[in-house]
Amino acid sequence: MTMRTEPVVVNMGPHHPSTHGVFRMKLTFDGENILEAEPVIGYLHRGTEKLAEERQYTQVITLTDRLDYVASMTNNQAYVLSCERLVGIEPPDRGKYLRVIAAELQRIASHLIGVGFFLQELGVFGGTALMYAFRERERILDMFEMLCGARITLTYMRIGGVLQDAPEEFWPALRSFLNDMPGYADELQALVFDSEIVRSRTVGVAPVSAEDAVAASFTGPILRASGVAWDWRKAAPYDAYDRVEFDVPTCEGGDNYDRFWVRMLEVRQSLRIIEQCCEQIEPGPVRATMAMLFRPPPGEAYVPIEAPKGELGFYLVSDGTIAPYRCHVRSPSFMSLTLFREMLVGWKLADAIVTLGSLDFNMGEVDR
Amino acid sequence: MGETLAGNVIYRNVYQFVQDLLGEEWSWVAYAAAGMAIILLVTNAVMAIGTVYTWFERRLLGRFQGRLGPNRAGPFGVLQPIADAIKLITKEDIIAVGADRIVFTLAPVVMLAPTLLVLAVIPFGAGSWVADLNVAVLYIAAVSGISTIAVMMAGYASPNSFSLFGSMRAVAMLVSYEVPLVMALLGVTVLAQSMSLVDVVEAQALPFLLVTPLGALIFLAAVSAELNRAPFDVTEAESELVSGYMTEYSGMKYGVFMLAEFTNTVVAGAIFAALFLQGWKWPVLPSHVWFLLKVAGFVFVAVWVRATLPRYRLDQILAVAWKYLFPLSLLNVLLLAAEVIVWPEPGAAELGIMSAINWAVTIPAAVLWSKVVSLRTAPPMAAALSTEGR
Repeated sequence: MTMRTEPVVVNMGPHHPSTHGVFRMKLTFDGENILEAEPVIGYLHRGTEKLAEERQYTQVITLTDRLDYVASMTNNQAYVLSCERLVGIEPPDRGKYLRVIAAELQRIASHLIGVGFFLQELGVFGGTALMYAFRERERILDMFEMLCGARITLTYMRIGGVLQDAPEEFWPALRSFLNDMPGYADELQALVFDSEIVRSRTVGVAPVSAEDAVAASFTGPILRASGVAWDWRKAAPYDAYDRVEFDVPTCEGGDNYDRFWVRMLEVRQSLRIIEQCCEQIEPGPVRATMAMLFRPPPGEAYVPIEAPKGELGFYLVSDGTIAPYRCHVRSPSFMSLTLFREMLVGWKLADAIVTLGSLDFNMGEVDR
Repeated sequence: MGETLAGNVIYRNVYQFVQDLLGEEWSWVAYAAAGMAIILLVTNAVMAIGTVYTWFERRLLGRFQGRLGPNRAGPFGVLQPIADAIKLITKEDIIAVGADRIVFTLAPVVMLAPTLLVLAVIPFGAGSWVADLNVAVLYIAAVSGISTIAVMMAGYASPNSFSLFGSMRAVAMLVSYEVPLVMALLGVTVLAQSMSLVDVVEAQALPFLLVTPLGALIFLAAVSAELNRAPFDVTEAESELVSGYMTEYSGMKYGVFMLAEFTNTVVAGAIFAALFLQGWKWPVLPSHVWFLLKVAGFVFVAVWVRATLPRYRLDQILAVAWKYLFPLSLLNVLLLAAEVIVWPEPGAAELGIMSAINWAVTIPAAVLWSKVVSLRTAPPMAAALSTEGR
């Protein structure tokens, strides 16, 4: 007996537990299999780029906090680096090191969230792994609070350096975090990455070849998971990255498992970088002296940085006034949705959710 | 009704009271009233345990996840279930536009019914059971299947794709898992040579958990699938299907679903305790206390598993049932049957020998078989579609 069946279209999102904000997937299903997938974005559009054109250069920093709101520190960094290139100033050494420390802490925090939500989407009930990830992230946020008083929307990095020197209590907190974090990472790894269920759910699922990843402008962990060792911290070192040693971890398969494995490896590299910064950092000024209100010479600047999610850069055009003429954000999250359809079609509903989790995109950054 | 029921103090008193009131010729009313009194007692006690269990589970999950869990209502948050119940009862009861109203309303009731029906045959303590059915094991297997219909009803009646997905998953999964579940029950039946739960408990000179470890494991796996618990909770699958078949439910209808789910776990614990943990037996403490403790032990393990394991994909769950659990459960039953032929009426010593054989054969077999069966297969559609689509 043959039964007549027809595909069913399901709108997942914009309100759905695992769409990372307000993301809508228009999926066509044949049973559990995905026949067609279409991303619908724009629910979180706030016109950041246009708003930036009407603010002074310094004021724009607060807007960048709200792009990728789980990694504000690196957003700040990308913006202030472009500004500094535009103005032509260089932050003092201590400022550079503080920036690197803060950025790497932010990378750990962002990867923890990525890994935590990935496991949430694999179905660890009520987010046991997510809670574990949040426990460690909490300590990082506490340290951010010491640095600048804020926990999420930081605005710590300023044009020409950082807001202020790290307070006394920051260094012991950082030290104890550096001591504990490898153990936490091991724990998360044992709970999860050696689990047979996780492996059978993720290994070989939604693979992206190196060629496809490059062609689709993938950057960051999702590119390195496909085996391309590309990292802006190595390719064009900014701040103090040319003075520290670290590896660029890569994986081979480019599947969901690798996309997360590479993040766990990067967390360990970040710890290594912070260790070295702590050794090398010396007392001194943290911020170059410059006016709050400045008019950069007409021109343009684009400094790409390695944000936790990939290449992040602010393309700034100056017309010699106090506000940028144009501020374009090259956001990694937006680019990582390029292969959305190709990655999902043919897989099952449950895989689609996990694949989205493995891309670890952030709607604040996609919609801007 | 069993003898012990007639001997029960409550039953006797109610029966006597009504008969004195109405006279000898109305004894059937007295009989019905006394029976009702017992039913009221048993169902309410188990539902109460179910609600306490909601608190227990949330508290315990909190511990597992490094947070506090409910701690606002009452000392250690013990009044949380009551607060939840008040909230659910006072909440607006919405029936979505386009829903099949009758089926939609009936589904929670049908969900709760099998849980309460199963209670009839469970021996809660020495001499405490409602009915000592001689086909109790069969009865449990038959009745617990009803919940599938409830899930199907809820999914079909809700005008929501997520609900439909959830219920289709549930049917596919529960139909598959009936097989290993029944096979695991069959193993116990063969050992005890009776389908009555009371006889099964009496036959356990050694706990059957030790005698037939594989049977117990298969029962645990199958029962977690039947209960929609991790790692087989695809029917609810919060991250995928919002709440699966329950998505459209609100108010006390949702509450009844949740109550059924939690009570189900407690009842499953009771069945497990009776089948594999010597039921009410064990010295020193009163039999009812032992029984409750064993149920609590099962529930603890259930919460632990839930807090730790991620979820399988649906096709993998079916693969686990048919490729892994089914052959192993056949092996288990065959082995037990052969042993029972050799030792027709096993006492503690014979059970000990059986236990040694079973541990030596079945556990290595299970480990070996897990190496043979691979779940890491790509869905066949993936390759074809993704190239075709480009």
